[in-house]
Amino acid sequence: MTITLGHYLTVAAILFTLGVLGIFLNRKNVIVILMSIELMLLAVNLNLVAFSAYLGDLVGQIFAMFVLTVAAAEAAIGLAILVVYFRNRGTVAVADINIMKG
Amino acid sequence: MILSAIAFYAFAAVLIACAALVISLRNPVHSVLFLILGFFSAAGLFVLVGAEFLAMILVIVYVGAVAVLFLFVVMMMDINFVQMRQGFTDYLPVGALVGIVLLAELLLVVGVLVSAPDGALAAGPAVPTLGTENNTQAIGEVLYTRYLYLFQAAGMVLLVAMIGAIVLTHRARPGVRRQRIADQVGRTRASGVELKKVTPGGGIS
Repeated sequence: MTITLGHYLTVAAILFTLGVLGIFLNRKNVIVILMSIELMLLAVNLNLVAFSAYLGDLVGQIFAMFVLTVAAAEAAIGLAILVVYFRNRGTVAVADINIMKG
Repeated sequence: MILSAIAFYAFAAVLIACAALVISLRNPVHSVLFLILGFFSAAGLFVLVGAEFLAMILVIVYVGAVAVLFLFVVMMMDINFVQMRQGFTDYLPVGALVGIVLLAELLLVVGVLVSAPDGALAAGPAVPTLGTENNTQAIGEVLYTRYLYLFQAAGMVLLVAMIGAIVLTHRARPGVRRQRIADQVGRTRASGVELKKVTPGGGIS
């Protein structure tokens, strides 16, 4: 009944997959896509912290902290872009974002 | 030991259920709320594994700042939620395919890694000790010595992100009357006072 590293890695794998699935499913809403990215980053952090604890190395937790920092910056910039886009176009649907014809 | 196992399974179940609800709920406000609950559960998992400092950072930064930022943005926008979910199942087959393949690969990696015969990943000490008292002190002693420059760089990243967000969302609205201190101080008698000769009974045009 002891909790091993494999348990944590499994939870993180399921979480990461759910994040990817969220990006695929929500083609109408950029906000949910940003939330899916946050979920994926959380899964990565879970992996880092689990390895850090079970290997007895603290560097994993330091790296997880930097990942948190970059994730916060990404969320701020992404939401700012989203607000500006909504102000200009009146929609946040992914299918309608085609200004650059990419 | 049994108690920590129960706690692990409870937190993990809540976390995965919240993640599933975040990507499948109709209303983005509900999605954000379940995202907050999921972050709390992840913080619980961090505490279980012995990373108390990161757990508190997760609660403070994510639940306190990022999730509330999401909530603000979601509530600021006037979005038609019914129209939002049309075509939700269009991408379900390819999304499910990619998701299943990805999950199978990840679990395969986990299985191979955990069942490695050399036992390099056997359960070590839950709390990494560097001869210090607790997790927070250990992180501080590593972060402010070996990773000081990276720490400063992370601060620069946050500064640039803050400036970028302000620059992106700031707009100069026309017709706003602001107080301009320089104009007020630089005012002279010549520009402020005008003498007019008034004829009796004539008035000023």
